[in-house]
Amino acid sequence: MSLTYHLQVVNLLAALLLLISFAMLSQRRIVGLVTLFAWQGAALSLSTAIVAWSTDQHHLYYSAALTLALKVIAMPWFFYRLVKKLDVDRDVEPMINIPTTMLIGIALVIFSFNLALPISELSGTVMRSTLGIAMACVLLAFLMMITRRNAIPQVIGFLAMENGLFFAATSATYGMPLVVELGVALDVLIGVFVLGIFFFQIRETFDSLDLKHMEKLKER
Amino acid sequence: MTAGILLQIAQTLLAILLAPLLLGWVNQCRAWLQGRGAPPITQPYRSIRKLFHKDAVIAHNASPLFRFAPYMIFACMALAAGIVPMIVNDLPFSPAADAIALVGVFALARVFLALAAMDIGTSFGTLGARREMLVAFLAEPALLMVFFTASLISQSTELPHIVETLAHSEFAIYPSLAFAAVAFWMISVAENARIPVDNPTTHLELTMIHEAMILEYSARHLALIEWAVALKLFTYSALGIALFLPWGIAAAGDWGALPLAVLALFAKMAGGGFLLAFMEAISAKLRLFRVPEYLGTAFLLAVLGMLIHFLLEV
Repeated sequence: MSLTYHLQVVNLLAALLLLISFAMLSQRRIVGLVTLFAWQGAALSLSTAIVAWSTDQHHLYYSAALTLALKVIAMPWFFYRLVKKLDVDRDVEPMINIPTTMLIGIALVIFSFNLALPISELSGTVMRSTLGIAMACVLLAFLMMITRRNAIPQVIGFLAMENGLFFAATSATYGMPLVVELGVALDVLIGVFVLGIFFFQIRETFDSLDLKHMEKLKER
Repeated sequence: MTAGILLQIAQTLLAILLAPLLLGWVNQCRAWLQGRGAPPITQPYRSIRKLFHKDAVIAHNASPLFRFAPYMIFACMALAAGIVPMIVNDLPFSPAADAIALVGVFALARVFLALAAMDIGTSFGTLGARREMLVAFLAEPALLMVFFTASLISQSTELPHIVETLAHSEFAIYPSLAFAAVAFWMISVAENARIPVDNPTTHLELTMIHEAMILEYSARHLALIEWAVALKLFTYSALGIALFLPWGIAAAGDWGALPLAVLALFAKMAGGGFLLAFMEAISAKLRLFRVPEYLGTAFLLAVLGMLIHFLLEV
Protein backbone atom coordinates (compact mmCIF):
# COMPACT_ATOMS: atom_id res chain seq x y z
CA MET A 1 0.00 0.00 0.00
CA SER A 2 1.57 3.23 -1.12
CA LEU A 3 -1.44 5.42 -0.40
CA THR A 4 -1.20 8.06 2.28
CA TYR A 5 -3.23 7.68 5.42
CA HIS A 6 -5.91 10.23 4.64
CA LEU A 7 -6.56 8.51 1.33
CA GLN A 8 -6.87 5.23 3.18
CA VAL A 9 -9.46 6.91 5.37
CA VAL A 10 -11.28 8.10 2.24
CA ASN A 11 -11.26 4.53 0.96
CA LEU A 12 -12.64 3.35 4.28
CA LEU A 13 -15.40 5.97 4.11
CA ALA A 14 -16.18 4.90 0.55
CA ALA A 15 -16.54 1.33 1.76
CA LEU A 16 -18.79 2.62 4.55
CA LEU A 17 -20.92 4.41 1.96
CA LEU A 18 -21.43 1.12 0.15
CA LEU A 19 -22.23 -0.62 3.42
CA ILE A 20 -24.87 2.00 4.25
CA SER A 21 -26.38 1.56 0.80
CA PHE A 22 -26.82 -2.13 1.53
CA ALA A 23 -28.20 -1.39 4.98
CA MET A 24 -30.79 0.90 3.38
CA LEU A 25 -31.70 -1.88 0.99
CA SER A 26 -32.38 -4.20 3.90
CA GLN A 27 -34.10 -1.69 6.17
CA ARG A 28 -37.79 -2.32 6.71
CA ARG A 29 -38.75 0.76 8.70
CA ILE A 30 -38.97 4.25 7.33
CA VAL A 31 -37.43 5.97 10.36
CA GLY A 32 -34.45 3.63 10.19
CA LEU A 33 -34.13 4.48 6.53
CA VAL A 34 -34.01 8.19 7.30
CA THR A 35 -31.33 7.64 9.94
CA LEU A 36 -29.25 5.61 7.51
CA PHE A 37 -29.67 8.33 4.92
CA ALA A 38 -28.33 10.88 7.40
CA TRP A 39 -25.33 8.64 8.12
CA GLN A 40 -24.67 8.24 4.43
CA GLY A 41 -24.67 12.02 4.08
CA ALA A 42 -22.26 12.30 7.01
CA ALA A 43 -19.83 9.79 5.48
CA LEU A 44 -20.05 11.58 2.15
CA SER A 45 -19.46 14.98 3.70
CA LEU A 46 -16.50 13.75 5.74
CA SER A 47 -14.86 12.06 2.77
CA THR A 48 -15.34 15.17 0.63
CA ALA A 49 -13.75 17.30 3.33
CA ILE A 50 -10.77 14.95 3.59
CA VAL A 51 -10.29 14.98 -0.18
CA ALA A 52 -10.50 18.78 -0.13
CA TRP A 53 -7.87 18.94 2.58
CA SER A 54 -5.49 16.46 0.97
CA THR A 55 -5.66 17.91 -2.53
CA ASP A 56 -6.12 21.63 -1.74
CA GLN A 57 -9.36 21.89 -3.69
CA HIS A 58 -11.06 24.72 -1.83
CA HIS A 59 -14.44 24.51 -3.51
CA LEU A 60 -14.81 20.98 -2.15
CA TYR A 61 -14.98 22.43 1.37
CA TYR A 62 -18.12 24.29 0.34
CA SER A 63 -19.71 21.20 -1.11
CA ALA A 64 -18.83 19.24 2.04
CA ALA A 65 -20.48 21.92 4.15
CA LEU A 66 -23.48 21.98 1.82
CA THR A 67 -23.84 18.21 2.11
CA LEU A 68 -23.61 18.41 5.86
CA ALA A 69 -26.22 21.14 6.12
CA LEU A 70 -28.69 19.69 3.65
CA LYS A 71 -28.35 15.93 3.77
CA VAL A 72 -27.32 15.35 7.36
CA ILE A 73 -29.37 18.01 9.13
CA ALA A 74 -32.13 19.60 7.05
CA MET A 75 -33.55 16.72 5.05
CA PRO A 76 -33.49 14.03 7.76
CA TRP A 77 -35.17 16.51 10.09
CA PHE A 78 -37.79 17.20 7.45
CA PHE A 79 -38.36 13.48 6.88
CA TYR A 80 -38.62 12.74 10.59
CA ARG A 81 -41.30 15.36 10.89
CA LEU A 82 -43.05 14.09 7.78
CA VAL A 83 -43.09 10.51 9.06
CA LYS A 84 -44.45 11.68 12.39
CA LYS A 85 -47.14 13.85 10.81
CA LEU A 86 -48.20 11.23 8.30
CA ASP A 87 -47.95 8.52 10.97
CA VAL A 88 -46.51 5.94 8.56
CA ASP A 89 -43.73 4.39 10.61
CA ARG A 90 -44.39 0.68 10.46
CA ASP A 91 -42.77 -2.23 8.67
CA VAL A 92 -43.15 -1.96 4.94
CA GLU A 93 -42.72 -5.20 3.05
CA PRO A 94 -40.77 -4.62 -0.13
CA MET A 95 -41.92 -6.10 -3.44
CA ILE A 96 -39.07 -8.63 -3.58
CA ASN A 97 -38.03 -10.25 -0.30
CA ILE A 98 -34.92 -8.85 1.30
CA PRO A 99 -32.37 -11.69 0.84
CA THR A 100 -33.15 -11.77 -2.88
CA THR A 101 -32.77 -8.01 -3.05
CA MET A 102 -29.38 -8.34 -1.38
CA LEU A 103 -28.26 -10.93 -3.91
CA ILE A 104 -29.34 -8.67 -6.77
CA GLY A 105 -27.42 -5.93 -4.96
CA ILE A 106 -24.22 -8.01 -4.95
CA ALA A 107 -24.63 -8.67 -8.67
CA LEU A 108 -25.04 -4.91 -9.20
CA VAL A 109 -21.88 -4.23 -7.20
CA ILE A 110 -19.84 -6.67 -9.28
CA PHE A 111 -21.30 -5.16 -12.45
CA SER A 112 -20.48 -1.60 -11.47
CA PHE A 113 -16.97 -2.47 -10.22
CA ASN A 114 -16.27 -4.02 -13.62
CA LEU A 115 -17.83 -1.09 -15.41
CA ALA A 116 -15.85 1.46 -13.46
CA LEU A 117 -12.47 -0.19 -13.90
CA PRO A 118 -11.66 1.17 -17.41
CA ILE A 119 -13.21 4.55 -16.60
CA SER A 120 -11.19 5.03 -13.46
CA GLU A 121 -7.99 4.28 -15.35
CA LEU A 122 -8.67 7.32 -17.54
CA SER A 123 -9.18 9.58 -14.54
CA GLY A 124 -6.25 11.34 -12.95
CA THR A 125 -7.53 11.91 -9.42
CA VAL A 126 -5.99 10.33 -6.35
CA MET A 127 -9.21 8.58 -5.35
CA ARG A 128 -10.19 7.22 -8.75
CA SER A 129 -10.48 3.67 -7.50
CA THR A 130 -13.56 4.62 -5.48
CA LEU A 131 -15.48 5.39 -8.66
CA GLY A 132 -16.74 1.80 -8.73
CA ILE A 133 -18.18 2.23 -5.25
CA ALA A 134 -19.90 5.45 -6.27
CA MET A 135 -21.52 3.74 -9.24
CA ALA A 136 -22.54 0.82 -7.08
CA CYS A 137 -24.21 3.27 -4.66
CA VAL A 138 -26.15 4.84 -7.52
CA LEU A 139 -27.35 1.47 -8.78
CA LEU A 140 -28.23 0.21 -5.29
CA ALA A 141 -30.29 3.32 -4.61
CA PHE A 142 -31.97 2.75 -7.95
CA LEU A 143 -32.73 -0.82 -6.91
CA MET A 144 -34.22 0.46 -3.68
CA MET A 145 -36.52 2.81 -5.59
CA ILE A 146 -37.66 -0.07 -7.76
CA THR A 147 -38.34 -2.54 -4.96
CA ARG A 148 -40.26 -0.21 -2.63
CA ARG A 149 -43.92 0.58 -3.06
CA ASN A 150 -44.16 3.24 -0.41
CA ALA A 151 -43.64 6.85 -1.53
CA ILE A 152 -41.21 7.98 1.18
CA PRO A 153 -38.60 5.20 0.67
CA GLN A 154 -38.74 5.95 -3.02
CA VAL A 155 -37.87 9.59 -2.42
CA ILE A 156 -35.09 8.58 -0.01
CA GLY A 157 -33.81 6.22 -2.68
CA PHE A 158 -33.78 9.12 -5.11
CA LEU A 159 -31.76 11.22 -2.65
CA ALA A 160 -29.36 8.35 -1.98
CA MET A 161 -28.86 8.11 -5.73
CA GLU A 162 -27.94 11.79 -5.74
CA ASN A 163 -25.45 11.04 -2.95
CA GLY A 164 -23.87 8.38 -5.13
CA LEU A 165 -23.67 10.69 -8.11
CA PHE A 166 -22.08 13.37 -5.98
CA PHE A 167 -19.50 10.90 -4.74
CA ALA A 168 -18.84 9.76 -8.31
CA ALA A 169 -18.20 13.36 -9.35
CA THR A 170 -15.80 13.85 -6.45
CA SER A 171 -13.89 10.67 -7.11
CA ALA A 172 -13.62 11.09 -10.88
CA THR A 173 -12.99 14.81 -11.27
CA TYR A 174 -12.75 16.39 -7.77
CA GLY A 175 -16.39 17.46 -7.94
CA MET A 176 -18.44 19.59 -10.27
CA PRO A 177 -18.00 23.35 -10.46
CA LEU A 178 -19.49 25.08 -7.45
CA VAL A 179 -22.27 26.75 -9.45
CA VAL A 180 -23.50 23.40 -10.72
CA GLU A 181 -23.33 21.90 -7.25
CA LEU A 182 -25.29 24.78 -5.75
CA GLY A 183 -27.87 24.41 -8.49
CA VAL A 184 -28.22 20.67 -7.89
CA ALA A 185 -28.48 21.16 -4.14
CA LEU A 186 -31.22 23.75 -4.57
CA ASP A 187 -33.05 21.49 -7.02
CA VAL A 188 -32.94 18.59 -4.65
CA LEU A 189 -34.13 20.72 -1.76
CA ILE A 190 -37.05 22.12 -3.72
CA GLY A 191 -37.80 18.65 -5.09
CA VAL A 192 -38.02 17.21 -1.60
CA PHE A 193 -40.36 19.95 -0.44
CA VAL A 194 -42.60 19.53 -3.49
CA LEU A 195 -42.66 15.76 -2.97
CA GLY A 196 -43.49 16.34 0.69
CA ILE A 197 -46.57 18.26 -0.40
CA PHE A 198 -47.35 15.44 -2.83
CA PHE A 199 -47.22 12.93 0.03
CA PHE A 200 -50.04 14.74 1.77
CA GLN A 201 -52.05 14.89 -1.45
CA ILE A 202 -51.50 11.19 -2.16
CA ARG A 203 -52.56 10.29 1.33
CA GLU A 204 -55.62 12.47 1.18
CA THR A 205 -56.73 10.83 -2.06
CA PHE A 206 -55.89 7.18 -1.32
CA ASP A 207 -55.60 7.04 2.48
CA SER A 208 -52.17 5.43 2.12
CA LEU A 209 -48.73 6.15 0.74
CA ASP A 210 -48.62 2.86 -1.11
CA LEU A 211 -48.07 3.74 -4.73
CA LYS A 212 -49.87 0.69 -6.07
CA HIS A 213 -53.08 2.62 -5.58
CA MET A 214 -51.89 4.95 -8.28
CA GLU A 215 -52.65 2.22 -10.78
CA LYS A 216 -56.31 3.00 -10.31
CA LEU A 217 -55.71 6.27 -12.11
CA LYS A 218 -55.32 4.42 -15.41
CA GLU A 219 -58.01 4.89 -18.04
CA ARG A 220 -59.57 1.65 -19.07
CA MET B 1 12.35 -26.58 18.66
CA THR B 2 11.81 -27.92 22.20
CA ALA B 3 11.07 -24.41 23.35
CA GLY B 4 8.49 -24.10 20.58
CA ILE B 5 6.82 -27.35 21.60
CA LEU B 6 6.79 -26.26 25.24
CA LEU B 7 5.23 -22.95 24.26
CA GLN B 8 2.69 -24.79 22.14
CA ILE B 9 1.68 -26.98 25.06
CA ALA B 10 1.59 -23.97 27.37
CA GLN B 11 -0.62 -21.99 25.00
CA THR B 12 -3.07 -24.84 24.45
CA LEU B 13 -3.29 -25.53 28.20
CA LEU B 14 -3.76 -21.83 28.86
CA ALA B 15 -6.66 -21.75 26.41
CA ILE B 16 -8.28 -24.85 27.91
CA LEU B 17 -7.89 -23.58 31.46
CA LEU B 18 -8.90 -19.98 30.82
CA ALA B 19 -11.88 -20.71 28.59
CA PRO B 20 -14.44 -21.03 31.41
CA LEU B 21 -13.09 -17.80 32.86
CA LEU B 22 -14.02 -15.94 29.67
CA LEU B 23 -17.50 -17.44 29.81
CA GLY B 24 -17.79 -16.42 33.46
CA TRP B 25 -16.68 -12.90 32.59
CA VAL B 26 -19.27 -12.62 29.79
CA ASN B 27 -22.01 -13.87 32.12
CA GLN B 28 -20.91 -11.44 34.80
CA CYS B 29 -20.92 -8.47 32.41
CA ARG B 30 -24.30 -9.46 31.11
CA ALA B 31 -25.72 -9.66 34.61
CA TRP B 32 -24.34 -6.20 35.42
CA LEU B 33 -25.75 -4.73 32.24
CA GLN B 34 -29.15 -6.23 32.95
CA GLY B 35 -29.08 -4.88 36.49
CA ARG B 36 -29.03 -8.30 38.12
CA GLY B 37 -26.68 -9.53 40.81
CA ALA B 38 -23.78 -11.17 38.99
CA PRO B 39 -22.65 -14.74 39.64
CA PRO B 40 -18.96 -15.01 40.59
CA ILE B 41 -16.57 -15.07 37.67
CA THR B 42 -15.50 -18.61 38.57
CA GLN B 43 -19.05 -19.96 38.32
CA PRO B 44 -18.39 -21.98 35.11
CA TYR B 45 -15.49 -23.79 36.86
CA ARG B 46 -17.75 -24.66 39.76
CA SER B 47 -20.49 -26.04 37.52
CA ILE B 48 -17.98 -28.08 35.56
CA ARG B 49 -16.49 -29.48 38.78
CA LYS B 50 -19.91 -30.30 40.14
CA LEU B 51 -20.83 -32.11 36.94
CA PHE B 52 -17.65 -34.16 36.99
CA HIS B 53 -18.54 -35.44 40.46
CA LYS B 54 -21.95 -36.71 39.46
CA ASP B 55 -22.88 -40.13 38.12
CA ALA B 56 -23.72 -40.24 34.45
CA VAL B 57 -27.19 -41.31 33.40
CA ILE B 58 -27.46 -42.56 29.83
CA ALA B 59 -30.54 -43.60 27.91
CA HIS B 60 -30.97 -47.34 27.29
CA ASN B 61 -31.01 -46.99 23.54
CA ALA B 62 -27.90 -44.81 23.37
CA SER B 63 -25.26 -46.07 20.95
CA PRO B 64 -21.50 -45.83 21.61
CA LEU B 65 -21.52 -42.69 19.48
CA PHE B 66 -23.50 -40.93 22.18
CA ARG B 67 -20.82 -41.66 24.79
CA PHE B 68 -18.00 -40.93 22.39
CA ALA B 69 -19.26 -37.59 21.08
CA PRO B 70 -18.40 -35.34 24.08
CA TYR B 71 -14.77 -36.46 24.01
CA MET B 72 -14.65 -35.90 20.27
CA ILE B 73 -16.16 -32.43 20.56
CA PHE B 74 -13.77 -31.45 23.33
CA ALA B 75 -10.81 -32.81 21.38
CA CYS B 76 -11.81 -30.84 18.28
CA MET B 77 -12.04 -27.62 20.25
CA ALA B 78 -8.69 -28.27 21.98
CA LEU B 79 -7.13 -28.93 18.57
CA ALA B 80 -8.55 -25.68 17.22
CA ALA B 81 -7.27 -23.83 20.28
CA GLY B 82 -3.81 -25.23 19.57
CA ILE B 83 -3.83 -24.02 15.96
CA VAL B 84 -4.97 -20.42 16.43
CA PRO B 85 -2.10 -18.06 17.34
CA MET B 86 -2.96 -16.55 20.71
CA ILE B 87 0.25 -15.45 22.40
CA VAL B 88 3.06 -16.54 20.13
CA ASN B 89 2.95 -16.62 16.37
CA ASP B 90 4.15 -19.54 14.26
CA LEU B 91 4.13 -22.32 16.83
CA PRO B 92 5.22 -25.80 15.67
CA PHE B 93 1.64 -27.04 15.60
CA SER B 94 0.14 -24.28 13.49
CA PRO B 95 1.16 -25.62 10.04
CA ALA B 96 -1.01 -28.65 10.88
CA ALA B 97 -4.09 -26.84 9.64
CA ASP B 98 -4.71 -23.60 7.78
CA ALA B 99 -7.80 -21.44 8.04
CA ILE B 100 -9.85 -23.71 5.78
CA ALA B 101 -8.98 -26.86 7.72
CA LEU B 102 -9.84 -24.99 10.91
CA VAL B 103 -13.38 -24.48 9.59
CA GLY B 104 -13.38 -28.24 8.96
CA VAL B 105 -12.36 -28.95 12.57
CA PHE B 106 -15.27 -26.86 13.84
CA ALA B 107 -17.55 -28.65 11.39
CA LEU B 108 -16.38 -32.05 12.64
CA ALA B 109 -17.30 -31.14 16.21
CA ARG B 110 -20.68 -29.93 15.03
CA VAL B 111 -21.40 -33.09 13.06
CA PHE B 112 -20.71 -35.21 16.13
CA LEU B 113 -22.86 -33.00 18.33
CA ALA B 114 -25.75 -33.20 15.87
CA LEU B 115 -25.40 -36.98 15.44
CA ALA B 116 -25.31 -37.51 19.18
CA ALA B 117 -28.39 -35.33 19.56
CA MET B 118 -30.29 -37.47 17.06
CA ASP B 119 -28.91 -40.71 18.47
CA ILE B 120 -31.38 -41.06 21.34
CA GLY B 121 -34.30 -40.34 19.07
CA THR B 122 -36.06 -37.76 21.22
CA SER B 123 -37.93 -35.07 19.37
CA PHE B 124 -36.00 -32.29 21.09
CA GLY B 125 -32.63 -33.68 20.05
CA THR B 126 -33.69 -34.02 16.44
CA LEU B 127 -35.22 -30.57 16.45
CA GLY B 128 -32.08 -29.05 17.91
CA ALA B 129 -29.84 -30.88 15.45
CA ARG B 130 -31.89 -29.69 12.49
CA ARG B 131 -31.85 -26.11 13.69
CA GLU B 132 -28.13 -26.30 14.35
CA MET B 133 -27.55 -27.54 10.82
CA LEU B 134 -29.71 -24.74 9.43
CA VAL B 135 -27.54 -22.20 11.23
CA ALA B 136 -24.30 -24.00 10.42
CA PHE B 137 -24.73 -24.47 6.69
CA LEU B 138 -25.33 -20.75 6.33
CA ALA B 139 -22.59 -19.66 8.74
CA GLU B 140 -19.84 -21.86 7.31
CA PRO B 141 -19.55 -20.34 3.81
CA ALA B 142 -19.65 -16.88 5.37
CA LEU B 143 -16.81 -17.85 7.73
CA LEU B 144 -14.81 -19.15 4.78
CA MET B 145 -15.39 -15.89 2.93
CA VAL B 146 -14.04 -13.97 5.93
CA PHE B 147 -10.93 -16.15 5.90
CA PHE B 148 -10.56 -15.66 2.16
CA THR B 149 -10.63 -11.89 2.57
CA ALA B 150 -7.84 -12.05 5.14
CA SER B 151 -5.98 -14.58 2.98
CA LEU B 152 -6.16 -12.34 -0.09
CA ILE B 153 -4.44 -9.56 1.81
CA SER B 154 -1.63 -11.78 3.10
CA GLN B 155 -1.52 -14.12 0.07
CA SER B 156 -1.75 -17.20 2.27
CA THR B 157 -4.37 -19.22 4.10
CA GLU B 158 -1.94 -20.09 6.90
CA LEU B 159 -2.94 -18.26 10.07
CA PRO B 160 0.66 -17.44 11.12
CA HIS B 161 1.26 -15.75 7.75
CA ILE B 162 -1.91 -13.71 8.09
CA VAL B 163 -0.96 -12.58 11.59
CA GLU B 164 2.57 -11.84 10.43
CA THR B 165 1.36 -9.67 7.54
CA LEU B 166 -1.16 -7.75 9.61
CA ALA B 167 0.70 -7.33 12.88
CA HIS B 168 4.35 -7.02 12.02
CA SER B 169 4.46 -5.03 8.79
CA GLU B 170 3.67 -1.38 8.10
CA PHE B 171 0.30 -0.26 9.42
CA ALA B 172 -2.40 0.21 6.79
CA ILE B 173 -6.15 0.62 6.89
CA TYR B 174 -7.87 -2.20 5.07
CA PRO B 175 -11.54 -1.37 4.38
CA SER B 176 -12.06 -4.97 3.32
CA LEU B 177 -11.00 -6.20 6.76
CA ALA B 178 -13.49 -3.86 8.39
CA PHE B 179 -16.27 -5.59 6.46
CA ALA B 180 -14.82 -8.99 7.25
CA ALA B 181 -14.63 -8.08 10.94
CA VAL B 182 -18.31 -7.20 11.13
CA ALA B 183 -19.18 -10.39 9.25
CA PHE B 184 -16.95 -12.43 11.57
CA TRP B 185 -18.65 -10.93 14.61
CA MET B 186 -22.08 -11.90 13.29
CA ILE B 187 -20.91 -15.40 12.42
CA SER B 188 -19.25 -16.06 15.74
CA VAL B 189 -22.36 -14.92 17.57
CA ALA B 190 -24.36 -17.43 15.55
CA GLU B 191 -21.81 -20.23 15.87
CA ASN B 192 -21.44 -19.83 19.61
CA ALA B 193 -25.20 -19.94 20.14
CA ARG B 194 -25.49 -16.46 21.61
CA ILE B 195 -28.25 -13.87 21.32
CA PRO B 196 -29.67 -12.91 18.75
CA VAL B 197 -29.46 -16.34 17.13
CA ASP B 198 -29.76 -18.59 20.18
CA ASN B 199 -30.06 -17.94 23.89
CA PRO B 200 -27.51 -19.89 25.94
CA THR B 201 -29.64 -19.74 29.08
CA THR B 202 -33.04 -20.72 27.74
CA HIS B 203 -34.77 -24.07 27.92
CA LEU B 204 -37.85 -22.94 26.05
CA GLU B 205 -38.59 -25.48 23.36
CA LEU B 206 -39.65 -22.93 20.78
CA THR B 207 -36.36 -21.08 20.78
CA MET B 208 -33.52 -23.29 21.94
CA ILE B 209 -31.01 -24.64 19.44
CA HIS B 210 -27.85 -25.65 21.27
CA GLU B 211 -29.55 -26.55 24.54
CA ALA B 212 -32.00 -28.84 22.75
CA MET B 213 -29.11 -30.92 21.45
CA ILE B 214 -27.47 -31.51 24.82
CA LEU B 215 -30.61 -32.14 26.88
CA GLU B 216 -29.91 -35.88 27.17
CA TYR B 217 -26.38 -35.45 28.48
CA SER B 218 -25.49 -35.50 32.15
CA ALA B 219 -22.50 -35.55 34.49
CA ARG B 220 -19.03 -35.85 32.93
CA HIS B 221 -20.37 -35.85 29.37
CA LEU B 222 -22.27 -32.64 29.99
CA ALA B 223 -19.26 -31.17 31.76
CA LEU B 224 -17.08 -31.88 28.74
CA ILE B 225 -19.63 -30.35 26.39
CA GLU B 226 -20.00 -27.24 28.55
CA TRP B 227 -16.24 -26.93 28.70
CA ALA B 228 -16.03 -27.38 24.92
CA VAL B 229 -18.62 -24.62 24.49
CA ALA B 230 -16.50 -22.30 26.62
CA LEU B 231 -13.41 -23.34 24.67
CA LYS B 232 -15.18 -22.67 21.38
CA LEU B 233 -16.05 -19.16 22.51
CA PHE B 234 -12.44 -18.65 23.59
CA THR B 235 -11.06 -19.98 20.31
CA TYR B 236 -13.41 -17.85 18.23
CA SER B 237 -12.39 -14.79 20.26
CA ALA B 238 -8.72 -15.63 19.76
CA LEU B 239 -9.37 -16.11 16.06
CA GLY B 240 -11.07 -12.72 15.82
CA ILE B 241 -8.16 -11.15 17.68
CA ALA B 242 -5.61 -12.87 15.44
CA LEU B 243 -7.35 -11.69 12.27
CA PHE B 244 -8.48 -8.19 13.16
CA LEU B 245 -6.54 -7.00 16.24
CA PRO B 246 -3.26 -8.92 15.97
CA TRP B 247 -1.07 -6.25 17.56
CA GLY B 248 0.63 -7.66 20.60
CA ILE B 249 0.94 -11.28 19.51
CA ALA B 250 4.62 -12.04 19.87
CA ALA B 251 6.62 -12.89 16.76
CA ALA B 252 8.16 -16.34 16.59
CA GLY B 253 11.20 -16.64 18.85
CA ASP B 254 10.68 -13.25 20.48
CA TRP B 255 10.85 -14.18 24.16
CA GLY B 256 10.94 -10.62 25.46
CA ALA B 257 7.50 -9.88 24.01
CA LEU B 258 5.85 -12.80 25.81
CA PRO B 259 4.63 -11.08 29.02
CA LEU B 260 3.24 -8.22 26.96
CA ALA B 261 1.52 -10.71 24.64
CA VAL B 262 -0.18 -12.43 27.58
CA LEU B 263 -1.29 -9.07 28.96
CA ALA B 264 -2.56 -7.99 25.53
CA LEU B 265 -4.51 -11.24 25.19
CA PHE B 266 -6.15 -10.70 28.57
CA ALA B 267 -7.03 -7.09 27.79
CA LYS B 268 -8.47 -7.92 24.38
CA MET B 269 -10.43 -10.88 25.68
CA ALA B 270 -11.86 -8.79 28.51
CA GLY B 271 -12.83 -6.06 26.03
CA GLY B 272 -14.30 -8.54 23.57
CA GLY B 273 -16.23 -10.32 26.30
CA PHE B 274 -17.69 -7.06 27.53
CA LEU B 275 -18.66 -6.11 23.99
CA LEU B 276 -20.35 -9.47 23.50
CA ALA B 277 -22.31 -9.05 26.73
CA PHE B 278 -23.23 -5.50 25.73
CA MET B 279 -24.46 -6.57 22.29
CA GLU B 280 -26.46 -9.35 23.91
CA ALA B 281 -27.99 -6.94 26.39
CA ILE B 282 -29.17 -4.51 23.72
CA SER B 283 -30.49 -6.98 21.17
CA ALA B 284 -33.51 -9.23 21.15
CA LYS B 285 -33.50 -12.81 20.00
CA LEU B 286 -34.37 -13.24 16.35
CA ARG B 287 -37.20 -15.43 15.19
CA LEU B 288 -35.73 -18.65 13.82
CA PHE B 289 -36.93 -17.81 10.33
CA ARG B 290 -35.12 -14.50 10.42
CA VAL B 291 -31.81 -16.29 11.14
CA PRO B 292 -31.13 -17.11 7.46
CA GLU B 293 -31.54 -13.42 6.72
CA TYR B 294 -29.10 -12.53 9.50
CA LEU B 295 -26.51 -15.01 8.27
CA GLY B 296 -27.17 -13.98 4.68
CA THR B 297 -26.23 -10.46 5.72
CA ALA B 298 -23.01 -11.79 7.25
CA PHE B 299 -22.21 -13.63 4.02
CA LEU B 300 -22.96 -10.53 2.01
CA LEU B 301 -20.64 -8.42 4.16
CA ALA B 302 -17.84 -10.94 3.76
CA VAL B 303 -18.32 -11.03 -0.02
CA LEU B 304 -18.42 -7.24 -0.13
CA GLY B 305 -15.16 -7.19 1.79
CA MET B 306 -13.58 -9.41 -0.84
CA LEU B 307 -14.90 -7.27 -3.70
CA ILE B 308 -13.67 -4.12 -2.02
CA HIS B 309 -10.28 -5.69 -1.60
CA PHE B 310 -10.07 -6.15 -5.36
CA LEU B 311 -11.25 -2.61 -6.03
CA LEU B 312 -9.32 -0.58 -3.48
CA GLU B 313 -6.35 -2.56 -2.25
CA VAL B 314 -4.79 -4.31 -5.22
